[in-house]
Amino acid sequence: MIAAVVPTTTWYLVLAAVLFGIGTLGVMVRRNPLVMFMSIELMLNAVNLSFVALASRLGDINGQVVVFFVLVVAAAEVVVGLGIIVSIMRRRASVTADDLADLRG
Amino acid sequence: MADLLWLIPALPLAGFLVILVLGRRLGEPGAGVVATLATASSFLVVAATYFDLLGRPEEERNLVLRVFEWVPVGSLKVDMALAADPLSIAMALFVTGISSLIHLYAIGYMKGDPKFPKFFMYLNLFVFSMLMLVMGENLLVTFLGWEGVGACSYFLISFWHDRESAATAGKKAFVTNRVGDWGMMVAMFLAFSAVGTLSYGAINHAAEKGQIAAVTATGIALMLLVAACGKSAQLPLYLWLPDAMEGPTPVSALIHAATMVTSGVFLLTRMAPVLDAAHPWATDVIAVVGAATALFAATIAVAQTDIKKVLAYSTVSQLGFMFLAIGSGAYVAAVFHMITHAFFKALLFLGSGSVIHGMHHEQDMRRMGALRKVMPITGFTFIIGWLAIAGVPPFAGFWSKDEILLYAFANNRALWAVGMVTALLTAYYMTRQVVMVFFGEARWHDAAAAHGAHGDHSHEGEPHESPWVMTAPLVVLAALSVVGGGMQLPFSKSTHWLEHWLAPVVHGAEADIKGTWAYDNKWWLLVLAILVASAGIAASIAVYSRGRARPIEPTVLADGWRYDSLVSAVVGGPGRAAFQAVADADAGIVDGAVNGTGRVVLSLSGLVRRTQTGFVRGYAAIVGAGAVLVLAWFLLRGWT
Repeated sequence: MIAAVVPTTTWYLVLAAVLFGIGTLGVMVRRNPLVMFMSIELMLNAVNLSFVALASRLGDINGQVVVFFVLVVAAAEVVVGLGIIVSIMRRRASVTADDLADLRG
Repeated sequence: MADLLWLIPALPLAGFLVILVLGRRLGEPGAGVVATLATASSFLVVAATYFDLLGRPEEERNLVLRVFEWVPVGSLKVDMALAADPLSIAMALFVTGISSLIHLYAIGYMKGDPKFPKFFMYLNLFVFSMLMLVMGENLLVTFLGWEGVGACSYFLISFWHDRESAATAGKKAFVTNRVGDWGMMVAMFLAFSAVGTLSYGAINHAAEKGQIAAVTATGIALMLLVAACGKSAQLPLYLWLPDAMEGPTPVSALIHAATMVTSGVFLLTRMAPVLDAAHPWATDVIAVVGAATALFAATIAVAQTDIKKVLAYSTVSQLGFMFLAIGSGAYVAAVFHMITHAFFKALLFLGSGSVIHGMHHEQDMRRMGALRKVMPITGFTFIIGWLAIAGVPPFAGFWSKDEILLYAFANNRALWAVGMVTALLTAYYMTRQVVMVFFGEARWHDAAAAHGAHGDHSHEGEPHESPWVMTAPLVVLAALSVVGGGMQLPFSKSTHWLEHWLAPVVHGAEADIKGTWAYDNKWWLLVLAILVASAGIAASIAVYSRGRARPIEPTVLADGWRYDSLVSAVVGGPGRAAFQAVADADAGIVDGAVNGTGRVVLSLSGLVRRTQTGFVRGYAAIVGAGAVLVLAWFLLRGWT
């Protein structure tokens, strides 16, 4: 019988860890800068999820406040990052992150 | 009157600026007239200041005008301040007075020169600098003028710079003077570290109160001597002055005889209390330098054939007399001789310029002779100048030279003997010059024929008398050379006018010779001086006019004891090698250390740079690994 399964905090944390792992893997293995960017967003939101879960568990509003900061920073980062990516795309037909190595030492 | 002091240097400066802007439009003789008026009006202000001071009691004869605060840096506070006291006004009087006459003269002498306005621009700038030098209230203002007159001297010596020799002579004067400037700067540093100010009043006051240690005062005195040797052409730095004769003759008269070269003597007199506070051997050094230079230059003058070179070496020799006076503690006599020398040496130089002008730029005395007939005014005034410098009473030079020799006798008889020999030689070589130029037979017909053949002069090559603008200053200076001795006559206490006038400035330092053997027998010394001068004149007339003996003019003297080539050899050979070694050490060691640091950093950064692969996913992996490591470290350490 299926009892009312009440999700515990642990579930959220596990989900956050999984999302974070997927994001990390995405950044490391994908070459398309846009997809790498999305992966980073995934990592950020994984962290947000853990913040909210722990805030609810501990009854501390500060965790939720931090999430707003993360969202704002993420938004700003998206603007800058997308701007860079778009301007690179305009110059080159097809781009992989590995090709952008002009600043190597 | 004090608030009008700024006018004294400002008027020549204004003349300089006007000619700088409007020079071409003023042209000839407009620029010369402007310059002469600027200097002459400055002379009038100085004269007014003189009478103002004269009307005050002795202790109030010291006006100071602070124009603005010049250098306020920490404890170093230097004002742009002018001072009018007996010494500076005495200097300013004869500087502006003689300058005005020479400006007037130059209008005639520089006639037709393509750079006519520029010449007067430099002359006015020179007068401005010279007035800053003598009227400065502190060492730094004097130094400003000191450098200014040096620069103007350079401009004017190499005025005809398309002549190789003139350009070289200008450079030589500039570089040699730099050695003296070094001395002046070190003296300023020493004075500042000892007293904490550069003001003459404060430094001299401290020296009189004994607040300057004798060692420090000696150091300052010796560095001032170095400075004075450079500017006043004393051994071993005299050798720029004879070469400076490459400049136009009014410049030789103004800068290299009457005014600038006396600034060394002025500086030493200005700092008399410091010299007095020094160890006694410091002033002995000054006296020995002066006596040695006087004799050395007089021997060279005996064998010169260039009319201006004789006068140049004579100037060096007479400046040596002034240094001898200062070394003997006779500051009044030094200033006295400085003023009379300015009169008669300016007269002699302008007279020689008139001869050169009349002879169409011939300077060799062997091609002159009998010129008194064609140039009566020049000849007559030149003869007065000759009598004045040779020490014939009652002309000006006799009184001042005798005063110096009197103090020298009281101080050190050996130096007095050197002075007497120099006086003998002075009478000898000046008579030689007068005989060669103005008497005897005319030897200029050949030269005149050569000039005539070239056809470059409309006067058919004959010598001619100069125009009135040139002879008028000669007459004025001749009159001054006759009566100039009246400033300081040895007859009684009341005839020592210059001594009374300068008393507030030099009172403490002036040597007191009352009661010495020399003072008691000063009339015998006077008679002896007259005999020596007469002997020199008689010997010279016997040799050069009567032909009783062959002239003694060894080439070693004509070459100035080969001192010039010796200096060239030393500085050009080992000196140059040493400078090259210093330059190499600078390039190798000092620059090497700097460049070496750069090279080490560069190679280290080359290693670190390799980590920047430009491989974005690689960076991400490193960031990830770093995060894991930090996390692991916290976990293992235990969460606290």
